[in-house]
Amino acid sequence: MTQEHLTIGVLAVQGAFDAHAQVLRSLGVNAPLVRTPEELASLDGLILPGGESTTFLKHLERNGFFDALSKFVQHKPSFGTCAGTILLAKDVRNPAQKSLAVLDATVERNAYGRQIDSTIIETETTLPGGPLETVYIRAPRIAAVGSGVEVLARRDGDPVLVREGRVLAATFHPELSSDTRVHALFVDMVREHKLAQASTEVHAL
Amino acid sequence: MAHLNGNSNGNSNGTGLRLKTGLAEMLKGGVIMDVMNVEQARIAEEAGAVSVMALERVPAMIRAEGGVARMANPKLIKEIMATVSIPVMAKARIGHFAEAQVLESLGVDFIDESEVLTPADETYHIDKHAFTTPFVCGARNLGEALRRIAEGAAMIRTKGEPGTGDVVHAVQHMRQITREIRILSALREEELFNEAKLHGAPYELVKMVAAAGKLPVPNFSAGGIATPADAALMMQLGAETVFVGSGIFMKDGATPLDLTPGSKQRDEAISRAKAIVLAATHFNDPKIVSEASEMLIGSMKGLAAAGLEESQRMQTRGW
Repeated sequence: MTQEHLTIGVLAVQGAFDAHAQVLRSLGVNAPLVRTPEELASLDGLILPGGESTTFLKHLERNGFFDALSKFVQHKPSFGTCAGTILLAKDVRNPAQKSLAVLDATVERNAYGRQIDSTIIETETTLPGGPLETVYIRAPRIAAVGSGVEVLARRDGDPVLVREGRVLAATFHPELSSDTRVHALFVDMVREHKLAQASTEVHAL
Repeated sequence: MAHLNGNSNGNSNGTGLRLKTGLAEMLKGGVIMDVMNVEQARIAEEAGAVSVMALERVPAMIRAEGGVARMANPKLIKEIMATVSIPVMAKARIGHFAEAQVLESLGVDFIDESEVLTPADETYHIDKHAFTTPFVCGARNLGEALRRIAEGAAMIRTKGEPGTGDVVHAVQHMRQITREIRILSALREEELFNEAKLHGAPYELVKMVAAAGKLPVPNFSAGGIATPADAALMMQLGAETVFVGSGIFMKDGATPLDLTPGSKQRDEAISRAKAIVLAATHFNDPKIVSEASEMLIGSMKGLAAAGLEESQRMQTRGW
């Protein structure tokens, strides 16, 4: 299977969807922008970008979008960055808000301060290829993760890049960096998931 | 672990500018609403605005009441910052770097060096590279946009004619900028030197725009956007987000609606705010824009921009 056959949507109700779609396309993946629940049907995976999580929730309240998205992330790979991570987390604080609750983590909104505290840091990760540039914009903080969550990178001890099964989440913005390793990891996750599903279907025959 | 932000004055490696345009990226596809008090800010956030602009008087009131329009009272800005979790912007007068310093010290997320306020300097705009806080500036054409970017603006918004509810000049400015960008993309490299001179813009930026086919920072739209269809129009013409000023929280364009919980006028404000947010996201879907338009209770009277004397136009402030 080639990457041309992978379709990874980018939730485009608001936020940095363009930047994510560009990175995915540079990796040879089909990357449609998703604005309605119907558009989820043809996807192998989904990116939930940064933006304003309160705004996302307002849009998701329409036409059963929240429920459709909830079903999607329970079965297909999803990757949240910044506000997207807030949507995926089980426990959201400062203030508490509704979420898709598929990532066993506690996330505090705007925990590192306002825009003036936004920063770019080079950090060690478990990814091959040396330190990773991480861009934080009004970033949330992952305050705690469950035992099933693998931490791939940390900032001052806090997890910033985590994986739990088919869910990947970052509190920084890999789409604003020229380093494509985090997106490449997600593309691999989507490909593996699709292959595994295909082989399950074969066994079922 | 190395911190690379090199903030305040540290834009030499481009890192500071990347953080500034980074926040602008997060605001794409949304609506930024003018608010004059905590209650309006709360409704804006509730309706799904991506950011609010804190100011004491919205453009329509400034237009109606006249006098010198200045930066909002820091107390008001702080109250709004304490109320909403979305980014808070505030306006400084053109060239008034001391107002901008005050806004930065408050920790606002974006500073708008705005023609809506009375300009403080008739020659110089603020040196925006000197700040850690990102700036948005208005522009009517490509040259003006690139001069502001050269000064350090991290986001451009077309000016339109603020406080009118008439979208005609927002359209004119967006069409002008996108046309000028397309022309640059079609030119040969040696022709770009002369274009830079004609636009009064730095050659390096002209070259970047020619190569990329777009501005190096996000391009939003403002000024006269009053309805869901106006928002859809500006997004289809190339705006990546819209600023909405006077219409949503006003009655007859210039008197604020009564937002007491349970009041009819509050419902009116909520319906307008929600409708415009919906249309900005689904700008390419006429059915949803129609649905948004039907949600509206009441309408803004507006002021035809063509009927304004040149001296009353706010868009001609800044150059």
